[in-house]
Amino acid sequence: MPARVGVVTFPGSLDDVDALRGVRLAGGDAVSLWHGDPDLHGVDAVVLPGGFSYGDHLRCGAIARFSPVMDSIIEFARGGGPVLGICNGFQVLCESHLLPGALLRNGQRRFTCHEQRLRVESVKTAWTSAYDEGEEITVVLKNGEGRFYADERTLDALEGEGRVVVRYLDANPNGSLRDIAGIANEAGNVVGMMPHPEHAIEALTGPGTDGLRVFAGLVAGPAVASTAV
Amino acid sequence: MTNGAEATQPYAELGLKDDEYSRIIEILGRRPSDEELAMYSIMWSEHCSYKSSKVHLRRFAGSQESPRILAGIGENAGVIDVGGGTAVTFKVESHNHPSFVEPYQGAATGVGGIVRDILAMGARPVAVMDSLRFGDADAPDTKRLVDGVVAGVGGYGNCLGLPNIGGEITFDPTYSGNPLVNALCLGVLPVERLHLSAAKGIGNIAVLIGAKTGRDGIGGVSVLASATFEEGSSAKRPAVQVGDPFTEKVLIECCLELFDSGLVVGIQDLGGAGLTCALSETAAKAGLGMEARLDAVPLREPSMTATEVLASESQERMLAIVEPARVEEVLAVCGKWGAIATPIAEVTGTGRLVITWHGDVVVDVPPASLADDGPVYERPMRRPADLDALHADDPARLLRPKNGGDLRATVLQLAASANLSSRQWVTDQYDRYVRGNTVLSAPEDAGVLRLSDDGPAGVALALDGNGRFARLDPYLGAQLALAEACRNVAAVGAVPIAATDCLNFGSPEDPEVMWQFAEAVRGLADGAVTMSTPVIGGNVSFYNQTGDRPINPTPVVGILGFIDDVERRTPLAFSGDGDAVILLGTTRDELGGSEWAWVAHRHLGGQPPTLDLSAERALCETLVEASSSGLVRAAHDLSDGGLGQALVESCLRGGVGVTVSVGDDAFVALCSESASRAVVATADVDGVLALAARRGVPAAVIGRVGGAALVVEGSFSIPLDELREAWEGTLPRLFG
Repeated sequence: MPARVGVVTFPGSLDDVDALRGVRLAGGDAVSLWHGDPDLHGVDAVVLPGGFSYGDHLRCGAIARFSPVMDSIIEFARGGGPVLGICNGFQVLCESHLLPGALLRNGQRRFTCHEQRLRVESVKTAWTSAYDEGEEITVVLKNGEGRFYADERTLDALEGEGRVVVRYLDANPNGSLRDIAGIANEAGNVVGMMPHPEHAIEALTGPGTDGLRVFAGLVAGPAVASTAV
Repeated sequence: MTNGAEATQPYAELGLKDDEYSRIIEILGRRPSDEELAMYSIMWSEHCSYKSSKVHLRRFAGSQESPRILAGIGENAGVIDVGGGTAVTFKVESHNHPSFVEPYQGAATGVGGIVRDILAMGARPVAVMDSLRFGDADAPDTKRLVDGVVAGVGGYGNCLGLPNIGGEITFDPTYSGNPLVNALCLGVLPVERLHLSAAKGIGNIAVLIGAKTGRDGIGGVSVLASATFEEGSSAKRPAVQVGDPFTEKVLIECCLELFDSGLVVGIQDLGGAGLTCALSETAAKAGLGMEARLDAVPLREPSMTATEVLASESQERMLAIVEPARVEEVLAVCGKWGAIATPIAEVTGTGRLVITWHGDVVVDVPPASLADDGPVYERPMRRPADLDALHADDPARLLRPKNGGDLRATVLQLAASANLSSRQWVTDQYDRYVRGNTVLSAPEDAGVLRLSDDGPAGVALALDGNGRFARLDPYLGAQLALAEACRNVAAVGAVPIAATDCLNFGSPEDPEVMWQFAEAVRGLADGAVTMSTPVIGGNVSFYNQTGDRPINPTPVVGILGFIDDVERRTPLAFSGDGDAVILLGTTRDELGGSEWAWVAHRHLGGQPPTLDLSAERALCETLVEASSSGLVRAAHDLSDGGLGQALVESCLRGGVGVTVSVGDDAFVALCSESASRAVVATADVDGVLALAARRGVPAAVIGRVGGAALVVEGSFSIPLDELREAWEGTLPRLFG
C-alpha cells in the first residue's frame, strides 16, 4: 500500500497543491488535511506547505502554530512521525518549537524567487534518505523572510549533530547564517527547509526533477526512515 | 430624503456637469438625495460609464462573431471556450493614477481588482501578468515608483499564490508623472460554471462577502481615475485603496467552493465604485429591482455615513446573489473560510433600486439609469497639429554606425539600455512557480500555462504595447501592439485566439487625444478581425497626463493563445550546437520610433514600421506549424531592438553563441524594427524553408548556433561574457 502523506491547508497556504502533486508523482497517496480539523486521518507523514498562512499576521507561522491540526501534528512529530515544513511550513515548525531557530526578513529586504543550488548535507532524515550525502541539487527558492537565524550554540549543535540538512551553494540568497537552507530535529523525523522541492518535480514546469526525491524517499519507506533515526 | 430643497447641490465638486445634473433631476422627477447624487457622480464618471469611449468601442463588436466566445465586452471579463469542457477568461486593467499617488498599494490593489473580475466569471484565477511604464529610468522619481510598484505587484500576487508569467516594463519620459500600471489576470473554469453578474430571481438575496467596508478608496474612480493630475497629489492619498491579499486569497477559495457547490445564482466583484456599482449593475443586468439595507453592511468605522458606505472602494469584497433557501449554506461555507458574509439586499420586481439606511429610504432610482443610461459623448476630435512635423523628422537624418566597431558598440549599448536590458531584477521578485503549471514565463516571448494535470493542453499569454509607435501613428501603433502580441504567442507555438486591451490615453477633453483614441480603437478593431483575435474585454484609462501634456497614446494588448500540447512549446534559447538560424520575414530600413533612434539619439520621429497583417498572420501560422511539427528548437520574435537584440537574448538565454552573416547593411539588418519577423533555430533547414515557402513567408538562413560569442561576419564579435555583463547589469545598478 502506498504511503499516505498528508498536506495541511491553512488559510493562506499556497503551495499545498504543489506538495500534493509531489506526493502523487512520487507514488504516494496524497491526503488533504484542514487546519481546523485535528484528525490526521491516519497519514504516515505530514507536509506543512509554503504560503502565507493567516497572511503572515503577527509573524510568519505564529498563528498557524495554534491551529487545531498543529496540536495533533506536534504530538505526531514527538512520536517519531515524519513531518516536513517547506518555507512557511518551516516557519510554523520553528514557531511550534519542533525545530530551533527562526526565519528573519531577507538580508536584501526583498522577496526573491529563483532557481537555487543546494548541497544535501544529511541523508539521515526521513525526507532526504533518497539522496547521496553531499549531492548537489537545484530546486526553487522563493521567500521574503527566509534568513535562518539561531544563536551560536544552537548553530554549533546543529552542525555537530549533523542536523544541517541542506545548505545554499553559490551566493547566499538571503543572509542565512552558515548558508543553512534546512535543518532537522534530533531524531531526524522533523525537517524544515526554506527552498521548495515541490516546485522541482517535473522537467516541464520546474528547473528539473531534483526535488522529487524528497517525497520519493518518504513514500518508499517512511517506516524504515522513521525507525532508522 | 435629505435633499435640502433650497441649497445648491455640490454636483460640480463631484465631477458632474450642469447638463448631467439636469438629466438626473429629469430621471427622478425631483432633486436627488445626497446619496443618489453621489451614486450618479460615480456611475457617470468616465471610469465607470465609458462616456467618452463608448461610441468608439462599439467598433469591437465586429470581431465578436465566434461560437467560442461565451462572454464578451460588458461582462466582468471575456470568456472563451478552449474545448474539452474548459473555458478561459482573461482581462487587463489599469491602475495608473493610484500607483502614482501610492505605488505599492496602487499596484497591489490593481492586481487584486483584476483578480476579482476573473473570479466573478466563476473562474479560478491561475496567473497574472503586468505591463509597467515609468519615466526615464534615471529620473529622480523613477526609483521610488519602480520599487513600490514592483513590490506591490509581487506582494499581492505572491500572497495570492498566482504565478506571474510575464509582461513588460518600459521607461520613457512621457510617463514621468504618470506611470502606467496595467495588470492582467487569467482564469480557468469548467464551461458549465460560467457565472454572470445579473441579479436574477425575485426574492433572491444579495450576500456581501469578504472584507469589512471602510473609508478607503472613497472617490477613487471619480477623483483619481477620471480627472487630470495637478500639483499636490499627496492630498489624494486617502482615495487610494489599501489591499489585504490574505483576505482576497480566502475570498477566492471561499467563492470557488460556493461555485462548486452550486450555491450562487450570480456574482459581482466590488471594485471601483464599490457597492454603488455592484448593486446597480447586478439589478440593471437582470432588469429587476433591488432593495438593500445599507446599515447591514459590516463597517470598519462605525461612524461612516450612507454616502461613504456606498462610495467606499474597500478591497476584497464580492456580492453573491443567492436563493433564499441556500443562504444558510452560503453563510456556512463563508464561515469555514473565515470570510465575513452578510445578506444585505433582496431582488425585487419593482424595477427600482431602493436603499434604506436605519429605516430611512435614502435612494430610490431605476438601476439602469445608473448602470446603462449614463451620458454618452461624441467628443470633438482633431488630428494632432504636430503630427506632420513629427513625420517629417525622419530618422534617416540620424548618424548611423560607420563601421564594425561602431556597430559593436551600438549592439552593446542597446543590450544595456533601460528598455532592452534583462528584466530579471523585476521578475525575480515575482513567484512564477506556484501551482506547478508554469511551462514558460518571462523572459520567454509568452507565458505558457498547462491547463490541468490531466492533459497536455495549455494556453499562452503575451502583453505588448509601444507608445512611441502609437504617438507617430495611433492606428498603426495599436495594430503593431496587437501584431507583436500575436507573434509572441505564436513564437512559443500557440495559436492566437482572443485579445484584451488596456487603452491608456490622455484627457478625452483634448480633441487631439480623442483623435488618437479613436484611431487606436479603429486600428485594433480592424486588426482583430484580420488576426482572428476578437477583443473580448478590456479597459479604458483616460486622463493620463501631467498638466496639459498627455502621455504618448499607449494601447496595450494582451493576446491569449491555445496550445494543444504544452510539451512542444518553443523556448527562445539557442541550445543546439550547429543549428541553423533562419530569419523569417522581410527587413526594411525602418527605424522610426525604434529603440536605436531613442537610445542613440533620443529621437522620436518619422513613421513607425509598416504592417501587413496578412503577412503577420502567415508568419504566426508558420511559427505554430514549425512548433507542432517539431521543426524548430528555438524561436524568438523580433520587435524592440530588432534582430541584434533578439540574437543577444537567444544567445544569453541558452549560454551559447551564434555566427551570422547579414548582408551589406549590417546596421539596418540588426537594428531595424520591421514588423512580422522572427528568428528560429533548427536542425532541419529544408523543412523550415519548405514550410515558410508554403505560407509565402520570406525565409533566409543567416547563420549557425555555436561558440561563445555573438559574431556578425565581416563586422564584429562580442564574447557572451561581455554581452551578459552589459545586459544584466543595468536594472540592478539603477534600482538594486
